[in-house]
Amino acid sequence: MTATEHPPANNREAVIKVRGVMNSFGDHVVHENLDLDVWRGEVLGVVGGSGTGKSVLLRSIVGLQRPAAGQIEVLGADVLHGSEEEIDAVEKRWGVAFQNGALFSSLTVLENVMVPMREHLQISVPLMRELAELKISLVGLPINSCGKLPSELSGGMVKRAALARALALDPEIVFLDEPTAGLDPIGAAKYDELIRELQVSLGLTVFMVTHDLDSLYAICDRIAVLADKRVLAEGPISSMTRVKNDWVQEYFTGPRARAAQQKDL
Amino acid sequence: MRISGSLVTSALHLVEDRIRQLGAGGPVSTIDISQLDALDTAGAYVLVNTQNSLAQAGHRPRITGATADRARLIEKVASAIFEAHAPLQQRTTLSERVAEVGRATVGVVSNVANFTGFIGLVIARLVRTIVVPRRLRVTALFAQMAQTGYNAVPIIALMGFLIGIVLAFQGAVQLRQFGAEVFVVDLIAVSVLRELGILLTAIIVAGRSGSAYTAAIGSMKVHEEIDAMRTLGLDPVEVLVLPRLIALVLMLPVLGLVANLCALTGGAVMSWLELGVSPNMYVTRLRENTDIWHLAIGMIKAPFFAFTIAVVACWQGFQVAGSADSVGERTRASVVQGIFLVIVLDAIFSVLAAELGI
Repeated sequence: MTATEHPPANNREAVIKVRGVMNSFGDHVVHENLDLDVWRGEVLGVVGGSGTGKSVLLRSIVGLQRPAAGQIEVLGADVLHGSEEEIDAVEKRWGVAFQNGALFSSLTVLENVMVPMREHLQISVPLMRELAELKISLVGLPINSCGKLPSELSGGMVKRAALARALALDPEIVFLDEPTAGLDPIGAAKYDELIRELQVSLGLTVFMVTHDLDSLYAICDRIAVLADKRVLAEGPISSMTRVKNDWVQEYFTGPRARAAQQKDL
Repeated sequence: MRISGSLVTSALHLVEDRIRQLGAGGPVSTIDISQLDALDTAGAYVLVNTQNSLAQAGHRPRITGATADRARLIEKVASAIFEAHAPLQQRTTLSERVAEVGRATVGVVSNVANFTGFIGLVIARLVRTIVVPRRLRVTALFAQMAQTGYNAVPIIALMGFLIGIVLAFQGAVQLRQFGAEVFVVDLIAVSVLRELGILLTAIIVAGRSGSAYTAAIGSMKVHEEIDAMRTLGLDPVEVLVLPRLIALVLMLPVLGLVANLCALTGGAVMSWLELGVSPNMYVTRLRENTDIWHLAIGMIKAPFFAFTIAVVACWQGFQVAGSADSVGERTRASVVQGIFLVIVLDAIFSVLAAELGI
């Protein structure tokens, strides 16, 4: 396992602080009193069964879903109750790669990556182009993909292009929603490698919602398990088998988990 | 040379110009970044880029004072820079323009062929459905009839009423000059029943239902729902086109009749208020002087208009490819072509009717 050593508990910095969050749709309560911390420079994997609100949690943190109650702090800013300027400022310091890419279908890959730059930076257009090309290259796409439309890309390339757009403003935190879902195992492994490599060289904090056991073993420093409307367990993956919960036991000791573990070792 | 401060994305615009002029003041042997507070990929790109451009000018400076993390970042960025830039959109040359004209012409021809084929397919399916009526999706048909017919009644009624008022008012102004105000009834009856009632109804329906047909089928196409239907052994024409087509063919004459009635009512109200033609008088003249053929010709046209609108709209829906943009583009084309073809058909009917003397 390539996980970096955790800094001592007393001087690690929480870049995301979720406290007492409650989310519900009608009568259906998804989260209740949910607490979670994400430390600077770690890769956090959020897992949970279908319908436990992994994506809802991600959407709540980036401000796409307003929780009924609770506190969410990102990089020191209160994203629920802060002023508009405060939230605008912190939005430039994170990037989100959606599950299906959510690339703008009428723009080329290059233009997609340039969208946040045009909106938030005052640099010249040639420099923007150069930086966008750099991001596209960083995520491992070839140069000829710059001029392509999203509809001309394969599933794996769409995910990479979405990551390039998420990295456009050099964010400190990157949110990934099911980054390897729908990729072939080789593509998924390469994507995992890419995220780890970028995370190390760019010093990113990565918040990753995933179902992929291989990703969890390969790149996550820490796992948070969502169940029973809250974070049921968190810690390094090695500690997960000791959690006394049927779902967690089944998830981390099942045949797929054993296979993923062996592959990683 | 020594750089200090933060070389990060959000601050790049402050230093962009100055960095491009570097090296003008003589050779630089080292770039010292030990005083740098912050560096990200964009900053590293600027550093590497500066290094490369200075190298071209003569001497390649070394970057010194980097911590291990930053050295790794700079190395990562340097290795990721593309050899060449992505090609910019080039200006079109004359030969490309000529080629574009040719391509557009061929496109029109193949579109017409494609569209004709689609009409044939729809008719074939329609015949099959008539032979085997249980193939008809009755639920979908009634839902479409409610959507395109029943729900359109208020707007069609209002439009008809206003058209009646406008015709009565405009006609009155002209006819009063000859003291022939009472002929306004004939004017309204002929123009509304023969032409305007059904034509304007068709135009509104093309905008209202034609666009909805194209957008609905088009977004299903984008989400591969049409492909899913095919793999499940469902015929998209039978499932999607026929209910819409039949609903429109049944409902457009009804809507046209509603428009006619409302236009006659509007005309009656205006004639009474403005010209003193009493409702009794109005009805009497309408009965005695208006040939039933006027109404018949209007009504005969309705199913043809409906067929045209529905087939064009559904065909455009199936032409959607790839992106959300395409849905918008095809919807626009569907409405424009639908209205255009309706007017062309109307002209053909007018000529035919004149030739036949009815």
